Amino acid sequence: MADIAVEMRGITKVFGSTIANHKVDLEVYKGEILSLLGENGSGKTTLMNVLSGLYYPDEGKIFVNGEEVQIRDPKDAYDLKIGMVHQHFKLVDVFTAAENVVLGLDEEGRYDLSVTAEKVDAIAKRYGFNINPYEKVYDMTVSEKQTLEIIKQLYRGCNILILDEPTAVLTPQEAQKLFNVIRNMRKDGKSIIIITHKLQEVLEISDRVAILRKGELAGIVPTKEATELSLTEMMVGEKVELNIDRPAVEKKHLRLDVKHLSCRNNEGVLVLDDVNFKAYSGEILGIAGISGCGQKELLESIAGLQRTEPGATIMYTDKHGETKDLVGKTPRKIHDLGVALSFVPEDRLGMGLVGSMNLIENMLLKSYNDGASPMIHTGPSRELAEDIKQELDVQTPSITTPIKDLSGGNVQKVLVGREIAASPSVLMTAYAVRGLDINTSYTIYDLLNQQKMDDVAVIYVGEDLDVLLALSDRIMVLCGGKLNGILDGRTATKEEVGLRMTNMMEGGTDNG
Amino acid sequence: MNADALANLINWINRAVIFGTVIMYGSLGELLTEKSGNMNLGTPGTMCIGGAFGFAGAYLYEINAENPSAYLVILIGLLCAFGSAALAGLLFSFITTTLRANQNVTGLALTTFGLGLAKFIGMIIIPEGTTTVKAKFANEVFSRTLLHGQAGSTFSKIFFNYGFMMYLAIITAIVLHLFLTRSRKGLNLRAVGENPATADAMGINVSRYKYLATVIGSGIAGLGGVYYILDYNYGGWSTQAALSIQALGWLALALVIFAIWKPLNTIWGSYVFGVFYWLFNFISVFGLKVTSAQSSLVEAVPYVVTIFVLILVSVRRSRENQGPAALGLSYFREER
Repeated sequence: MADIAVEMRGITKVFGSTIANHKVDLEVYKGEILSLLGENGSGKTTLMNVLSGLYYPDEGKIFVNGEEVQIRDPKDAYDLKIGMVHQHFKLVDVFTAAENVVLGLDEEGRYDLSVTAEKVDAIAKRYGFNINPYEKVYDMTVSEKQTLEIIKQLYRGCNILILDEPTAVLTPQEAQKLFNVIRNMRKDGKSIIIITHKLQEVLEISDRVAILRKGELAGIVPTKEATELSLTEMMVGEKVELNIDRPAVEKKHLRLDVKHLSCRNNEGVLVLDDVNFKAYSGEILGIAGISGCGQKELLESIAGLQRTEPGATIMYTDKHGETKDLVGKTPRKIHDLGVALSFVPEDRLGMGLVGSMNLIENMLLKSYNDGASPMIHTGPSRELAEDIKQELDVQTPSITTPIKDLSGGNVQKVLVGREIAASPSVLMTAYAVRGLDINTSYTIYDLLNQQKMDDVAVIYVGEDLDVLLALSDRIMVLCGGKLNGILDGRTATKEEVGLRMTNMMEGGTDNG
Repeated sequence: MNADALANLINWINRAVIFGTVIMYGSLGELLTEKSGNMNLGTPGTMCIGGAFGFAGAYLYEINAENPSAYLVILIGLLCAFGSAALAGLLFSFITTTLRANQNVTGLALTTFGLGLAKFIGMIIIPEGTTTVKAKFANEVFSRTLLHGQAGSTFSKIFFNYGFMMYLAIITAIVLHLFLTRSRKGLNLRAVGENPATADAMGINVSRYKYLATVIGSGIAGLGGVYYILDYNYGGWSTQAALSIQALGWLALALVIFAIWKPLNTIWGSYVFGVFYWLFNFISVFGLKVTSAQSSLVEAVPYVVTIFVLILVSVRRSRENQGPAALGLSYFREER
């Protein structure tokens, strides 16, 4: 481990007002496996996108083999033998493996796929892959697609390979196979950078671990000297005291009782696996987890937007004690049953609001079907729009301005305002404060607390652990689609939540 | 089969093939364009432009030259048609690829524009007081068949009774097929149409491929227009001819779907369209008689067949027999 393959010095990358990377120094040696560890939004992927040419850094220098280089696009990166396998594969579905490999290359000689296929086979043999060069991508499993992506990089002669969360989509057996391949590549003198937030994997595969926290380098440690606990501490950092209220509500009533909830995504992969929990009125149930661990599916199954696996029950208890099962019902049916459910989705302008419509019309989306007249009655919506604008201090020239012209924070205020105005008994929010400034965030926290005091069961999916710990009465941790414990928000520690997010534990304490 | 019926049948096949050749050009051009992910609904207009300029070039040459040469009239006719249509494709590319405007709207506008431009060019050429004008020499050259006017066998009447452009169309289809399936550039082009983000990440210049495919594709489509005038329509230009080219242009678009985006399929597909199109005229071969109102209905058969093919293709959901995945979508690198 003598030679440095790549050196990044003082890399800063800013998107608008958010600093994704701040003066990050990182070096990778030849023949080593480096893990890049960090929470969601800690800037891991951004940093690697800088190295692979997708982003250009605002500050900082990159040295490859000791020479300063400029990487302006992926082609530059390829020329420097740097390749990256993204989380979302870049493959053409209707092409064969070999066609995908040879795509865009200007090789010498006649275009002959059998030659490519032979080379692909040779690479596969050398590193221990399994691949059929003539198989079409649409027939491949996720693992095979990933294999193809890696082979594509190796075919182009990459010496530095970046893998963005390579095991997120793999079964444990497939992950082991991948690790063997990665070890073979290390033996071959290649440098491998793995972006991940799975601690066991970090400890198992890597030589060194670099930890990013909120865009800054929190440290680089040799894996031998690291433990799960020490890494978690570096990852989540010191607990930050936030001034968020957590009023206690005496009378709590069961609102939602979810049992055996499982969901599959479009590819048939189980993304939510037998989740059981209860949500009570007068309480905020925080949901913590690495992104993509089933949070979206969880909320959408309750809202009637996601098909659930057989055996699931979602029992809703209304204020009079009557219970109804929500499984298999459309949002319309759920509404017609008299279930007062409000949902603030993650995708505000895609699922929550219509960007090209104004405030009044967006209010109408919730009430267009009320009343017997075939005409739309805009009066109440206009009043509601006015109210929301006044009470939540929405910054907009007028309530007839299209929503898409508003800033992110104001869009969120409109959405939350509308959902709360429906006087729900269950309020679900996904990443309600993402992208918002501090003041707006606190406005949202206050609104949620008010709802909680008003006997609403609030479900809060969040990514900032400090906020989750300060706001939630109970914190439910999801890990890879499985329930990994429900903790008391008043006593839980950041490390505990962080560990549960990244490690499946036996017998999580379920106090629900 | 009596001699009369046989002659009728051969005549039918001849008309069908000539008709099919017109839309085969349009269809091959559109196919190449669509492989880059550009949905050019301007093809009917592009064919009108090709027809008008090709005709104008050939006609002006033949009336101005003392001894018009057959080679030159071919060269001028084809170059004018290809060049003008390619310019229309360039316009389409600029608007949709560089300015990222909606492809459907741009295409429809281009069709309207192309028809108008073709009529305008015609107006300039047609002498005052008449409604049609004929390029006699060019027609004679373009429709000169291998039979040289002699009566051949039934076989040669079916296969050799066409002008050179019918064979050129088949060659174009085969070349296009080889290009798309057997060359690096063809592979890259298909990748651009399927998944431009991936193509971009693999270092392929997406815009350049879109431009080139659309420009060359439009040029090929334009050849269909000039073939229509100088062969199918016996060298005659009229406003009505421009309208007819446009109508065939829509059939060409339908043929791309009918051929499930495979150039070799357009060869027989176009002839099948031709057979159906001329069905009304030769239906007596089967001993049937139709009124003129019914004949219009019969002319609609190719469109109905296309609708069925479209349904069949989408019902079967085979991954192979679909259009390019990114067809009709503009590509922005920054958008994710």
